[in-house]
Amino acid sequence: MKSRYDVIVVGAGPGGSITAKTCAEAGLEVLLIEKRQEIGDPVRCAEGLGKEGLIRHIQPDKRWIAAEVKGSKILAPDGTEIKMSEEASSGKAGYNLDRKVFDRALAQKAAMAGSEVMVKTRATGLLRKNGHISGINAMYMGENHEINADIVIGADGVESKIGRWGGIDTCLKPADINTCTQFLVSNIDAGEYNKFFMGEKYAPGGYLWLFPKGEHMANVGLGIIGSKCGNVRPISLLHKFMDSYMPQGKIIEIVVGGVPVCGPIERTVADNLILVGDAARQSDPLTGGGIINAMDAGKIAGEVCIRAKEEEDYSVKTLREYEDRWRATIGKELSKSLMVKNLLIKITDEQLNQLAHSLSGIDTSKMALPKVLPILFKKNPKLLWELRSLFM
Amino acid sequence: MSVNVNRYKCGYCGACVGVCPAGALELVETWIEVEDTCTRCGVCAKICPVGALAVIK
Ligand SMILES: Cc1cc2nc3c(=O)[nH]c(=O)nc-3n(C[C@H](O)[C@H](O)[C@H](O)COP(=O)(O)OP(=O)(O)OC[C@H]3O[C@@H](n4cnc5c(N)ncnc54)[C@H](O)[C@@H]3O)c2cc1C
Ligand code: SF4
Ligand code: SF4
Repeated sequence: MKSRYDVIVVGAGPGGSITAKTCAEAGLEVLLIEKRQEIGDPVRCAEGLGKEGLIRHIQPDKRWIAAEVKGSKILAPDGTEIKMSEEASSGKAGYNLDRKVFDRALAQKAAMAGSEVMVKTRATGLLRKNGHISGINAMYMGENHEINADIVIGADGVESKIGRWGGIDTCLKPADINTCTQFLVSNIDAGEYNKFFMGEKYAPGGYLWLFPKGEHMANVGLGIIGSKCGNVRPISLLHKFMDSYMPQGKIIEIVVGGVPVCGPIERTVADNLILVGDAARQSDPLTGGGIINAMDAGKIAGEVCIRAKEEEDYSVKTLREYEDRWRATIGKELSKSLMVKNLLIKITDEQLNQLAHSLSGIDTSKMALPKVLPILFKKNPKLLWELRSLFM
Repeated sequence: MSVNVNRYKCGYCGACVGVCPAGALELVETWIEVEDTCTRCGVCAKICPVGALAVIK
């Protein structure tokens, strides 16, 4: 470890590793730190993503692909099934990853590009010089270090303390977080589709998922909106589901975690500071998906760091480009998803069934959600009136 | 301490850290530390996926 770098990236998740890789490839001096001793472990993810987004950043590798899926099946509370997102050409629409291996592969890319990487190293605060952020305090193996940098990247996930230390309010209210439990379940028929079970009966204000992970194995989990958590916990709801729907299933891993579902926050940059991924609350409020968004944002953040270095200006004036670019892309999608999510949490199971029935006779199997939503709206204008600005 | 952490239940996911309005929580390795800036608001205990937290009355 040196005493100063161009960029320090805090957190070696997908967002942090892509940021570090992008900066290092351009010759910037980068330090990537991760507080866990094993990158990617424990997993806090259902590990599903679309192919298109993935290949923007890394070529698929069977070492970290646990399963390929044909598409998605959405299940209404009464069991009505809606098939979606099948890919016409390859017949495979998405991957379910092994994030332990995937996250490490991304960190490896950052390392090979020239970043220094330190694991078991936790940022404990921000350094300041003349009122500006000038690096981090970090603890490695019980020892404190001061490490300087022109730019600090907060890619520290749901905890997002770097942002707070830097004066950006990233605190999530209970209604802004989906609180989740997942089991890796063995001894079941996992099928070839990612399944989403909708409704209060499975997961109040969220959904229950089943993502195949190879033969006879699947990530089975659920997330509920934090504001509805307390009397009932995700872990007990999931046990209940297992008892009724897959009593033969054997739990070989437990995953718990929280996904930000607040939509775009007010600010993700400050002088000498950029927030990326879950730390910037860039996960999708509707699906909870955040891997691709974190990588896309990491790429943009890296490019903006390169420009800041060229111009030797690390203030918001230069870093604002990051803000503008992610809002114009990821941000737009987040805002749409937030509207749909806000409506969905109010809808009753009966109304969900009604929505599902309204699609009967329509082949949605090749359509993704943005294509299906307008159809739903046309058939159920009263119920979905709140979403009209998305279509009109 | 104002929040009791059941370390045997906690899955060290960090969700509670992300919701604490006082920034009083920190995930260190596999355990949660509570700083004395805690206001006992109870938000962390509400959202914990496994119910590992309890505000001490
Ligand atoms: C149960 C669950 C299911 C999910 N399912 C999916 C899914 O199927 N598909 C999908 O796309 N997304 C899913 N997500 C969301 C996805 O996991 C996240 O959006 C994604 O991991 C965000 O990447 P990131 O790089 O921003 O943060 P993370 O992957 O969370 O990485 C942040 C890293 O920062 C480290 N860190 C934190 N604080 C410090 C510090 N002070 N010092 C050093 N290091 C620190 C952490 O240890 C962590 O490794 C799911 C989330 C959960 C909880
Ligand atoms: S939310 Fe619960 S399980 Fe997660 S770290 Fe906090 S106490 Fe542990
Ligand atoms: S009770 Fe409130 S202030 Fe105290 S640790 Fe929990 S969330 Fe933070």
